[in-house]
Amino acid sequence: MSKSKFKNPVVKWIDHRLPVFSFMDHELNHYPTPKNLNYFWNFGSLAGFALVTMIITGIVLSMNYTAHVDYAFDSVERIMRDVNHGWLIRYIHMNGASFFFIVVYIHIFRGLYYGSYKAPRELLWILGVLILLLMMATAFMGYVLPWGQMSFWGATVITNLFSAIPLVGESIVTWLWGGFSVDNSTLNRFFSLHFVLPFVIVGVVILHLVALHRFGSNNPIGIDVRGTQDTVPFSPYYTIKDLFGLSVFLSFFAAAVFFFPNFMGHPDNYIEANPMVTPAHIVPEWYFLPFYAILRAVPDKLGGVLFMFGAIAVLFILPWLDRSPVRSSQFRPIFKIFFWILFLDCILLGYLGAMPAEGIYVILSRIATAYYFFHFLILFPLLPYIEKTKPLPISISEPVLGGGSPASAFAMREKK
Amino acid sequence: MPKNSKSKNNNEGKRDFLIISTYAMAGIGAASVAWPLIDQMNPAADTLALASTEVDLSSLEEGQAITVTWRGKPVFVRHRTPEEIKLAKEVSLDEMRHPETDEERVPNEKFIVLVGVCTHLGCVPLGQKSGDVKGQYGGWFCPCHGSHYDHSGRIRKGPAPTNLEVPSYKFLSDNIIKIG
Repeated sequence: MSKSKFKNPVVKWIDHRLPVFSFMDHELNHYPTPKNLNYFWNFGSLAGFALVTMIITGIVLSMNYTAHVDYAFDSVERIMRDVNHGWLIRYIHMNGASFFFIVVYIHIFRGLYYGSYKAPRELLWILGVLILLLMMATAFMGYVLPWGQMSFWGATVITNLFSAIPLVGESIVTWLWGGFSVDNSTLNRFFSLHFVLPFVIVGVVILHLVALHRFGSNNPIGIDVRGTQDTVPFSPYYTIKDLFGLSVFLSFFAAAVFFFPNFMGHPDNYIEANPMVTPAHIVPEWYFLPFYAILRAVPDKLGGVLFMFGAIAVLFILPWLDRSPVRSSQFRPIFKIFFWILFLDCILLGYLGAMPAEGIYVILSRIATAYYFFHFLILFPLLPYIEKTKPLPISISEPVLGGGSPASAFAMREKK
Repeated sequence: MPKNSKSKNNNEGKRDFLIISTYAMAGIGAASVAWPLIDQMNPAADTLALASTEVDLSSLEEGQAITVTWRGKPVFVRHRTPEEIKLAKEVSLDEMRHPETDEERVPNEKFIVLVGVCTHLGCVPLGQKSGDVKGQYGGWFCPCHGSHYDHSGRIRKGPAPTNLEVPSYKFLSDNIIKIG
């Protein structure tokens, strides 16, 4: 403790008074991380990268955007045509939203597969679900800002969800709109909230990281780290691995931004909002489609809204729904099968959300919705009573170092 | 042993090269990403497209002045009287802070065209309206910090460092000018 670990005298002087460098050294450099993390563990840092990208491009876009019903659409077109590099910045922001959701959804499925939500990481998981909710609110309000037809009608449909609330529903919707329809007041408050919520997300992300660093990352085997032999320092091992993953991610991202910038958007949003005409077929952005399918699957207004929000609510209580003490799916043969069924179920819901609400699509939506809730509310709590889990390794090092028996793993460690 | 240490040194050189070139590439990448984010604050294409203004001077009587907007700034156009022209031409350049002849500044001696922004700290000088204070030299007077300009818009007294700027303009016909 007597000698500072920093050579630079300025850094040393500052660190003695304000230990930010010690903090970073501890949390980003020496931070002991399980040595068996696979590439699915890249998606946390990728999500952080996406968030920063969205904030930077968003601040820059706001310098050129006008939040007024008469000018919003034109100001976005001006960004696309006249503002220097405006097309690039907007396409990064637009596709950045989609990629942010892709990354976060993979991050969530990673957590589901490897049981990262289980004790002692329940709060870590809950903070993550909170981030997802904030992201959805932010993305929804951001989609309204260009004031195209999908912006307007998306805003109308989603805000009208709240009218399903008994007694006070209509008053809440009027309050949300600041008028009697989606109009200038709505656009202004959405712009304000779309600007501020990402910074709230940053705050929750910091809490997410504090909670993460309390017990460290989970790992593919899902057993606790037993000591330093099971970990490597975060830097350089995982900084390099994260950077490599980032460059792969950026390759896909750049491909989308430069070659398919409107692939994940809807052409109707390049038509200026018209409160008199609803487009024939309204769909939300792709990342809302599974929830949209659940909403439409229920033949009751309030019921649909409750099930849609319930689909997220079950994630909050997931740490207590899953009673199995075994984290990783690698040792849960039945759970593993159902995990993939749930994954396909979510893809199916996404597909159904994009289809018209008629005929076979409605029936399939109901089946898929029923399975989603069956999986969380019935399967998760009951499975541990039926499932016979595989034996867990003694330590993270054992599957690598030890041949057959746990004893040999110990023997290997003794020799070292 | 010597062979070993030599190969170790070689590896160190290779490693330094790799590290330096990696940082250099990362730096170039970061700079090329930063540039669009910075450049978007420069004037956009539509702003640049509004960079010229046409003014019809046919109704401007001798002694009158009009102010037009060009690039968001006021431009002074004054139809000078023969006495004012005479004064502007005959004054000695020796006593000026920023010596320029009237001919250099005014291609058509009847009409003087100036950017109406004081070269001191950017206020708009008085002198365009008939009741305005025009300063000791009869041209323009900046009320912010007391700069006096003459009939050619040259700084004669006060803190401004240079003469009022003459925008680039040309006469499209006898009475129409295009600024910018």
